Amino acid sequence: MADDPKEQQPPPLGSAGEKPAAPGAAPAPPKPVAPPVPKAPPVGPAPLDNDLVKRYRARFGAAIREAVEDRKQAILVVEREHLAEIARYTHDEEKFNLLSDLTAVDWPKREKRFDVVLNLYSFTHNARLRLKVQAGAGESVTSVSGVWPTANWLEREVYDMFGIEFAGHPNLQRILLPEEWQGFPLRKDYDILTQDQAWVRENLGIESGQ
Amino acid sequence: MGAGEPGDRERAVAEEGSKNQTVENTLKAGPGTLLGADELILNMGPQHPSTHGVLRVKLKLDGERVAGSECVIGYLHRGVEKIAEHRTYQQFGPYVDRMDYVAAVSNGLGYCEAVEKLLGVEAPPRAKVIRTILTELQRIASHLLWLGTHALDIGALTPLFYCLREREEILKIFEKYCGARLTTHAFRIGGLQYDAYDTLEKDTERFCNDFHRRIAEYEELLTGNRIWIARTQGVGILSAEDAIAMGVTGPVLRASGVQWDIRKAMPYAAYDQYEFDVPVGKTGDTYDRYLVRMEEMRQSVRICMQAIQNIPAGPILGKVGKVMKPPVGEVYHAIEAPKGELGYYIVSDGTVQPYRVRIRPPSFVNLQAFDKMVRGHLVADVVAIIGTLDIVLGEVDR
Repeated sequence: MADDPKEQQPPPLGSAGEKPAAPGAAPAPPKPVAPPVPKAPPVGPAPLDNDLVKRYRARFGAAIREAVEDRKQAILVVEREHLAEIARYTHDEEKFNLLSDLTAVDWPKREKRFDVVLNLYSFTHNARLRLKVQAGAGESVTSVSGVWPTANWLEREVYDMFGIEFAGHPNLQRILLPEEWQGFPLRKDYDILTQDQAWVRENLGIESGQ
Repeated sequence: MGAGEPGDRERAVAEEGSKNQTVENTLKAGPGTLLGADELILNMGPQHPSTHGVLRVKLKLDGERVAGSECVIGYLHRGVEKIAEHRTYQQFGPYVDRMDYVAAVSNGLGYCEAVEKLLGVEAPPRAKVIRTILTELQRIASHLLWLGTHALDIGALTPLFYCLREREEILKIFEKYCGARLTTHAFRIGGLQYDAYDTLEKDTERFCNDFHRRIAEYEELLTGNRIWIARTQGVGILSAEDAIAMGVTGPVLRASGVQWDIRKAMPYAAYDQYEFDVPVGKTGDTYDRYLVRMEEMRQSVRICMQAIQNIPAGPILGKVGKVMKPPVGEVYHAIEAPKGELGYYIVSDGTVQPYRVRIRPPSFVNLQAFDKMVRGHLVADVVAIIGTLDIVLGEVDR
């Protein structure tokens, strides 16, 4: 679970200590992998992460809830209410000017069920950063389309698939599915079989298509 | 149609009237999109040959000029990301081939590498080199299809036949390698299933040697052609700032002057071993994008020629179990697909099935820049701009 890896303090050697179950399986294979170091060296990630996280903590304090490193990738979990200014700072000051991707993950058993995930890239530092915001059912997330215009369609897709509302989005409508579609398919409680059977019942008059 | 009864045309006009209202309503959403007295809504697609699939574009026209546009997508949505949550990691492999179906090998490479990162394994050197060769051949094949159809859209019929002729040679190599030509499923998580066949090097070399001459032929047909220049230069200009803001990647970004290629910036597979240049454009117009892609094909040939010189011996499959249970966690891995940054964001909950697979499709994000590029241009340029974005609707809609 992306939300429970250890707290930020020691990110340098981070990928080792995730959960008691993981380290046995995860770090063992990377050992033989280590020699061909030229593979994926995004400008010495470990110390940079540290500085980066410190800067964020100094500036936003408790709004940075967690800072995690997973598979050598930096992840910041930030407060939903502060996303707007953190996004602006990330774009303007930290120069993460390319929003590669914006998506969401559904954890229905968690108190706040959705993770909204922003995958960012900085041309200046040749580095990636992942911002995460947790949102409960019915809670809206501030749209970042004013910071990264590319978020426009990406947020529409997240709305389409998860039903997460983005406050301040210029045109929040379904994008891939028809407007009259019922439900949000990528939620974990959206059952593909139920939908299939409803369709055949209505259109073919049979009980199940399976 | 006999005289007196309403002809097709009248009926179409009547229907169009009612349709226009709904179109108008939807376009109202944006600022300043109310129709003026001289304005007209034109619907293009989804069954339009120049939309390269099932893209529907609603164009707001002021005379011959495009005053605004809206893309309607989703006709090819198959719910790939939902399917992934119901398959094991290996079972999902073939599905990714069906997104960008003209570059299936690249899709497969991105997915396999993402899962490998998640597992903490790496493909053996031999597998990496073979992957690189096939992926670069795939890039050439994808660009060839783009070139042929793009030129066809603009009115140059001949290049299509040449391009398909050369693409056929690449598909033959794929067929010899894995038995499939289009949706190849060429790679496996952890390496390869099939080793290189005996004459892979020779076939690739023959193709590459031949291809140099062929590119010169295409360029002879198009690069200095006055009609081609008139139809592409200054059309669909995208500045570097706009391109970055819109998240555009791949050749479209590079044609705007941003020298960024994931193969160089964050090397994967065996790209760090080979020398190649990253071509960039200056003005970011359709002509520059054409030049950038042409040069990219040459660079792909260069990479292939270096790679076949020395394919290391050794195993082709790394140490992966038959049951793959990646440790809990998540990974984002992106590769430079022919269309741009193809990213996979995979979340594992420690079971054999991915908890979430998010595919970051280059075509989807690049298409968003369409509106910006098309405004102020003539209707005839719309097809040039759709073509120059090099979208594949299977990937836009997933």
